[in-house]
Amino acid sequence: MFNKILIANRGEIACRVIRTAQRMGIQCVAVYSDADRHAEHVQMADEAYYIGASPSSESYLVMEKIIDAAQRSGAQAIHPGYGFLSENEAFADLCASNDIAFVGPPASAIAAMGSKSAAKSIMDEAGVPLVPGYHGSEQAEDKLREEAERIGYPVLLKAAYGGGGKGMREVHKASQFSDALASAKREANASFGNDKMLVEKFIVQPRHVEIQVFCDEHGNAVYLAERDCSVQRRHQKVLEEAPAPALGEETRAAMGDAAVRAAQAIDYRGAGTVEFLLDANNDFFFMEMNTRLQVEHPVTEMITGQDLVEWQLIVASGGVLPLSQDQVTLHGHAFEARIYAEDPQQDFLPSTGRIEYLRTPAEDRHVRIDSGVRQGDEVSPYYDPMIAKLIVWDEDRDRALLRLQRALREYHLVGPTTNVDYLHRLASHKDFVRANLSTQFIEQHGDALLKPAKGLDSSLAHACIGAAIALHQRPAGSANPWQAGSAWRLNQPALQHIELVYDDELLRLEVASNGDTFMVKTGAQTVELHARLSGERLEVTHQDHQFTLKVALGERHYTLFSSHGRVNYQLVDKDSAFGLEEDAGTLTAPMNGTIVSVNVEVGDKVEKDQPLVVMEAMKMEYTIKATVDGTVEQVFFQAGELVSDGAELIALAADE
Amino acid sequence: MAVLTSKVNVRDENFQANHQAMADLVSELNSKVEQIKLGGGEALQERHKSRGKLLARDRIERLLDPGSPFLEIGQFAAWEVYEDYVPAAGVVAGVGQVEGVQCMIVANDATVKGGTYYPLTVKKHLRAQEIAERCHLPCIYLVDSGGANLPRQDEVFPDRDHFGRIFFNQATMSAKGIPQIAVVMGLCTAGGAYVPAMADESIIVKEQGTIFLAGPPLVKAATGEEVSAEELGGADVHTRISGVADHFAVSDEHALDLARRSVSRLNHKLPEQPVINDVKAPRYAADEIYGIVGTDLRKPYDVREVIARVVDDSDFDEFKQNYGNTLVTGFARIHGYPVGIVANNGILFSESAQKGAHFIELCAQRKIPLVFLQNITGFMVGKKYEAEGIAKHGAKMVMAVSCAKVPKFTVLIGGSYGAGNYGMCGRAYDPTMMFMWPNARISVMGGEQAAGVMATVTRDGMERKGKSWSDAEEAEFKKPIVEQYEQQGHPYYASGRLWDDGIIDPAQTRTVLGLSIAASLNAPIEETRFGVFRM
Repeated sequence: MFNKILIANRGEIACRVIRTAQRMGIQCVAVYSDADRHAEHVQMADEAYYIGASPSSESYLVMEKIIDAAQRSGAQAIHPGYGFLSENEAFADLCASNDIAFVGPPASAIAAMGSKSAAKSIMDEAGVPLVPGYHGSEQAEDKLREEAERIGYPVLLKAAYGGGGKGMREVHKASQFSDALASAKREANASFGNDKMLVEKFIVQPRHVEIQVFCDEHGNAVYLAERDCSVQRRHQKVLEEAPAPALGEETRAAMGDAAVRAAQAIDYRGAGTVEFLLDANNDFFFMEMNTRLQVEHPVTEMITGQDLVEWQLIVASGGVLPLSQDQVTLHGHAFEARIYAEDPQQDFLPSTGRIEYLRTPAEDRHVRIDSGVRQGDEVSPYYDPMIAKLIVWDEDRDRALLRLQRALREYHLVGPTTNVDYLHRLASHKDFVRANLSTQFIEQHGDALLKPAKGLDSSLAHACIGAAIALHQRPAGSANPWQAGSAWRLNQPALQHIELVYDDELLRLEVASNGDTFMVKTGAQTVELHARLSGERLEVTHQDHQFTLKVALGERHYTLFSSHGRVNYQLVDKDSAFGLEEDAGTLTAPMNGTIVSVNVEVGDKVEKDQPLVVMEAMKMEYTIKATVDGTVEQVFFQAGELVSDGAELIALAADE
Repeated sequence: MAVLTSKVNVRDENFQANHQAMADLVSELNSKVEQIKLGGGEALQERHKSRGKLLARDRIERLLDPGSPFLEIGQFAAWEVYEDYVPAAGVVAGVGQVEGVQCMIVANDATVKGGTYYPLTVKKHLRAQEIAERCHLPCIYLVDSGGANLPRQDEVFPDRDHFGRIFFNQATMSAKGIPQIAVVMGLCTAGGAYVPAMADESIIVKEQGTIFLAGPPLVKAATGEEVSAEELGGADVHTRISGVADHFAVSDEHALDLARRSVSRLNHKLPEQPVINDVKAPRYAADEIYGIVGTDLRKPYDVREVIARVVDDSDFDEFKQNYGNTLVTGFARIHGYPVGIVANNGILFSESAQKGAHFIELCAQRKIPLVFLQNITGFMVGKKYEAEGIAKHGAKMVMAVSCAKVPKFTVLIGGSYGAGNYGMCGRAYDPTMMFMWPNARISVMGGEQAAGVMATVTRDGMERKGKSWSDAEEAEFKKPIVEQYEQQGHPYYASGRLWDDGIIDPAQTRTVLGLSIAASLNAPIEETRFGVFRM
């Protein structure tokens, strides 16, 4: 076994690997960029090396710097986590040539699976079932169109060198083909520098079921059951579970055998995942093999009782797999919810900013949280916006699902917008509860999932936040009555005016109080309640109903957490409240990113909502549109340039 | 520890009747305040708001720190004084905390007669400045006024304590290092122009605030020049060209934020503070005062029952308990601050006056603020008392009260009659702040007594001329006198004329005193030097 390893990653996975390695007595070396100087993974590690500027292309993706850090620290192995360099064959090679063990498969296996079309022919030969499709090198549009028609719509266009849903488009009829192909190619080119496309049969209502496989260098190979990751948004997994509901032993064994065959076909070593599409007839088709530890590996750990990182380290150091296939047993059911800093109401726009407040459910044998952030950390625009993974386990699916719902309600974060309530709506959706799953789940239930659950009545919520703020301003035991925060008024009830932003609108609260009785006026509505604040708990009595809320008063956000979900408020930004912000004609970058294209020139007449600039940030494209009809006066950036959040991109003179 | 034990039975019928009677007075008080808060009425308030302006009270709310108390003064100024309805005399004033600093805030209410200065408006503005000067409170003027009330120019312009005194006070306070900040949020014409011009720092709101010595109509009349108000004296002119104002604000909200920033830069420091204890609430409920005191001034009660509901932990360390016991004196704390309490428990005798003088000397020596709970019909009369020199003993107390330099706070909790008013720090004795309960009465003597004295004089005159005067005629003679005294001695009459700083709910006495004491300690307590006591 190794004495010391380097973890070439950040965030939750780096922390996750360090936790197991340290438990095994292995020393851990972290690497960090500027943005991660004080990150949790750095503090957990035994030592850490600085590897460059915040953009990952200047730090976590720079192989030489990582190898250098490993050599300087004396690490014998590098664990790449997922993402970054985890499926980079050149990196695996570089490790080998520097005599450092790469905790992952051999470079050849990565290479074999790196090109989707090559992977498929290998799988075909190994007898792994494939989705009908065209994987040829002839890439003319007419040829691809012809193949699409041969396979029969609907078809899926996929970047041959892609992943993570980039460069992928569904085409439901012939008329959409051209546009979809162009856009998929553009995205593929931007993301992978190669726009070669595959065309495949698009399977209707399929489930995404993947098999966890493990191989060692002694010729042993096992599969550790499957995970159902059908709930996806733009081919990004959102909720995962294990085992897959209603799969049946027979199908499990058939898929497991196929997966092991797939791994053995490429001389695999370590942890890998073979992804299949499963249709309604329990027929399954190979999609791809991921040659790394998956984000969602914890659900497998929960039902098998195994630590996959430990397995990885055993295998990488030349050991034998801890279990043989017949020793692998499954127990109970597990879910994983990926908590992202993103706004589901705004098309899942990633959100950034300081985590002003973070309280998570207590961890025990049922609840596990894999997280790489703490209160006070910044969610930066440089990396994937995943904040944490919430994993729950119980004896069966129903019970595990109840635990998931409750744990999501107890995950309290203030600062960047998160998808926690969205996850709760997903986990509570009747079709999810009944395990009516397909990869189309989110698309099909999109609107229902975006609708906030019927929670706390908004005027009652406003009254609660008003009372909480008023109570918070009453410090205990201050002698000077001016500092008591009483909002006392002569011959009138104590009164204070509170302004907050709620649902993008200015909310004015008039809070009159007398001891623990509050009369909170919002517009024409007045709500009377009794409230007491002890720490962060607000105990409320409203008419004949008593309930308790958690109140998080951050620096820029206030949030109420109830058993019905959260209610968010923002503090009023003074400059914008005073109208001191820039005039409407100014167009700014919504976040740090890169300009993809500038569609206008100085002097152009534009119409309101006309796309002016396309930029890319956080792996997403954003279009900046004209706010008014007008004329372009100045263009401040050109394609390829980096821009920071708030930078003015275009000066637009509005038409009179 | 000398914790008072209340002997009051809250289930007693008299207590409950008293409680109800006082509660009625308090609810009348509160409903009048509700009305005063509406300023010039909802229609004018709506018009004011439709111009993008905030109401005077809303301006104050925004200026204050979140959760700050606001100790309003002169809430009833001009109440039923003029034929015109001039609530709060058209200017809202009081002490509030801004950026952690207690400030005196004076905000014109343009919905009340255009914010023009009636005689009582001037008096209230000057009183606010007087409190600020006494307590070293930075002043923030939220200006939105048409200036002097022209029909009453003889009552607002020429005399010493008229309009000009406002600017005199600004100058002299500035000289003492008491900051003067003006926020021009509306008209600020003629003499009023000196409020921002005399201020240490001034802020003006674009398209709302104007400062000029003569407005456009007067300019046109004088020189024929036609000019808009904004061109003549708007925010742009004064912050960019004339320099009459320092900070340009885009809105009321912005201006108030700039005012807060000004206060945050004052480098305001408190002088040495007295030893302050942890605050403990009284052991008895404040509103029990209602049931103890009631509204019938002739019904006696033990004033210690009131003290037990005002001071911290009901802890009252009496001084000379067994001597001159119609005056209760002793040490206590209010919101942690040490105070000396002087409270009437009956008519003043020679001993009680001497005891009062002694106790006031003690507090002056120790720099302990004084609180007077005034409920006094006067000094004892009669041959025996004149012969023992009650006049000189009363004079000692008046001497002590006059010269004591500690902050003094007077609350009229019952009657305030005759020389008793003097000895107990009436308005003429410069209490730092003075408040009145809604059951209290103030006059040179009681209405019955005054009518009796005048009837006796009349009867004597009649009898000298050999005329007879029937009891019925005498009763007829006395009735209007009693009525006049009752009307003029009433709290609304008194407070309307600013003989005090406000009528307060008895249950809020502790809070009012706590805020007043804490505010007064922004100024250092001076050494006291007494005059010649007649021995």
